[in-house]
Amino acid sequence: MAFGLTKKKKEDREKINKSLKKTRRGVFSAISDLFQANEIDDEMWDDLEALLIQADIGVDTSLALVSALREKVSKQGIKRVADAYDLLKTEMAALLQEAQPWSLEEPRLLHVVMVVGVNGSGKTTSIGKLAYYLKQNGRRVVLAAADTFRAAAIDQLEIWGERAGVDVIAQKPGSDPGAVVYDAIRASQASRQAEVLIIDTAGRLHTRYNLMKELEKLRTIAAKQVHRAPHEILLVLDATTGQNALTQAEKFKEAVNLTGVILTKLDGTAKGGMVFAIQEKLGIPVRFVGTGEGIEDFAEFDPEMFVESLFAPA
Amino acid sequence: MFDNLSDKLQATFEKLNRRGTLRESDVNAAMREVRLALLEADVNYKVVKSFVARVKERAIGVEVAKSLNPAQQVIKIVNEELVATLGEPGKLDLSRQAPHVIMLAGLQGSGKTTTAAKLALHLRKKGQRPLLVAADIYRPAAIKQLEILGQSLDIPVHSEGDRVAPPDICANAVKRARQSAYSVVILDTAGRLHIDETLMDELVAIKKRVHPVETLLVVDAMTGQDAVRVAKTFNEKIGLSGLILTKVDGDARGGAAISVREVTGVPIKFLGTGEGLDALDVFQPDRLASRILGMGDILTLIEKAEQTMDRDTAMKMEHKLRTASFTLEDFQKQLQEVKKMGPLSSLMEMIPGMGQLSKQVSAEETDEKLRTVEAIINSMTKEERNDPAVINGRRKKRIAAGSGHTVQEVNALLSEFRQIQRMMKQLAKGKGPGNLLSMFR
Repeated sequence: MAFGLTKKKKEDREKINKSLKKTRRGVFSAISDLFQANEIDDEMWDDLEALLIQADIGVDTSLALVSALREKVSKQGIKRVADAYDLLKTEMAALLQEAQPWSLEEPRLLHVVMVVGVNGSGKTTSIGKLAYYLKQNGRRVVLAAADTFRAAAIDQLEIWGERAGVDVIAQKPGSDPGAVVYDAIRASQASRQAEVLIIDTAGRLHTRYNLMKELEKLRTIAAKQVHRAPHEILLVLDATTGQNALTQAEKFKEAVNLTGVILTKLDGTAKGGMVFAIQEKLGIPVRFVGTGEGIEDFAEFDPEMFVESLFAPA
Repeated sequence: MFDNLSDKLQATFEKLNRRGTLRESDVNAAMREVRLALLEADVNYKVVKSFVARVKERAIGVEVAKSLNPAQQVIKIVNEELVATLGEPGKLDLSRQAPHVIMLAGLQGSGKTTTAAKLALHLRKKGQRPLLVAADIYRPAAIKQLEILGQSLDIPVHSEGDRVAPPDICANAVKRARQSAYSVVILDTAGRLHIDETLMDELVAIKKRVHPVETLLVVDAMTGQDAVRVAKTFNEKIGLSGLILTKVDGDARGGAAISVREVTGVPIKFLGTGEGLDALDVFQPDRLASRILGMGDILTLIEKAEQTMDRDTAMKMEHKLRTASFTLEDFQKQLQEVKKMGPLSSLMEMIPGMGQLSKQVSAEETDEKLRTVEAIINSMTKEERNDPAVINGRRKKRIAAGSGHTVQEVNALLSEFRQIQRMMKQLAKGKGPGNLLSMFR
């Protein structure tokens, strides 16, 4: 890997593992128990369905997972619960597998990453962590404060910029986000100080027509300045979000064509089971996970590890 | 807001519509749909189970009232059960001696800081003297965010930077409130995970120091199945007196409201319904229930209209409409009145049946169209507004240039207005509107 983005994969795994420990004690350890204790019967299937739904995986996806597993179990003549369990893990990990590589690996003078999401999902924090993460991997990073709407959003990004040791390009609160993006791109290019520009956008509900228009505009501005920019458009998704996560992803995808998800707040007890539906129905992969409040609590997403951790006994 | 859930229930009950009686098989089919709809609305799995069981028990064998069809009968039962589950209307306990301390707590990103400011504004409108307290010393710029919000409302914010322990900040704030005769003290605490022992202990410490009369959990309406665990833990560890559901203006199905209320038994007090600082509604179970069921929220709409519309203006308008002497001048005034009530998008959701319509016609697009209309009308002279017939080609050009729109758009507006006038005349003659909906096309 050209820029060593996967260098820290092992540490990442440990981080996800650690943050998922609490879940394992919750819903997913119940799934583990289910497979260890019971025989394969109707009741087990019903219970499994219930447990998947409670993990926010969603009714449709849960039903699909269970019926696919059921069919395979009977086709392959699986009798042992443990084998069915392995099969489920494989199925679930397969759902989250993404073939497309992260485009920041491509050779390019300036990478533009746009970060979007609803209020309170953790955009600014995630940008701080992503900046630090990229910097640790040898990238020169600049941040653009294009959330000029929320009170103190710019200050918050500036503090994160300071923590990560990267420059923040900002204007006054209430100024035109488009102008901020334009300036930030010009500054990043002119002085060649940046390889990656990360744009923080205003967090507004995806049902706000004007915000969606604004995002489209920012995207166009970026595209006019830099060839094929933004190269990545990441949706920040709070792991505690329920079924609305899919709608959010749908609406943001419609407006700006998302390339990936940053799943935040994985250190709680909710685990963002919605990413299964988002990957399956919209083809948007999870790229990173946020696992705590510290600047280092951030990791590349690893589907096998994610699922493995979910099912591993506590 | 709860559109998705109401869609599902509507669809279910449409299937029920043609049958004559409430048979067990009908109820079962309906309950299967209700169960799915509730699950997709993020109502907790276990809560769904008990809710559906309660509805089913009541529905089977119920004699369909003469005035209702079976579908309406089931909706009635679901509605009653929903109202019962959602509990009593939101009320703050401000009966004891001032200053009343209100503590807000919740997960990160649930909307505490914005809600604190909204609540302060709400209470000031009720005649209180609020003091906001910046007790979130952890999140970068959280203090500044509250200070900016306080400043914009002209409500003082007590902050001591991020070096003083939150319980001390809160205690000092209460002292200050006593000295300066503030009647309500609103504590904006840091967002925290319910499993973070240290931070949960901090909340307990604050509570011990300042004895809040209300400890409110701020919950994001988009929260999934985990809402139950979060609310339960907060309630067990710090003891809650109420809930505030935020981001209700999105399209989240908001099942969290139902589950959290059912599991903790703590009442829902307020709903955060928009980005504006005045977008905080007192919780009304019957209204929320009818919104969940897609029956609209006409009561809130009327209340909003009464708050903002000048009664005299409304009376005059009604007379003009009836006598078909409605001019563009009147239309301009009407637009201004409606605008005071908030964006069309939020108004449309409250009108029964409009929930569906607002999906086809984006309300924001309508807002945009209205802005065009307003700009054009504003560019007319008073004479032109009162008698559009005088508007000739030259005037049209001037109006177009003045409003930043095209002559075609001016023409379109004028012809639409003529149509409305014609309809008004027919109405005035008592011919009936034929299809009222054509007014909106």
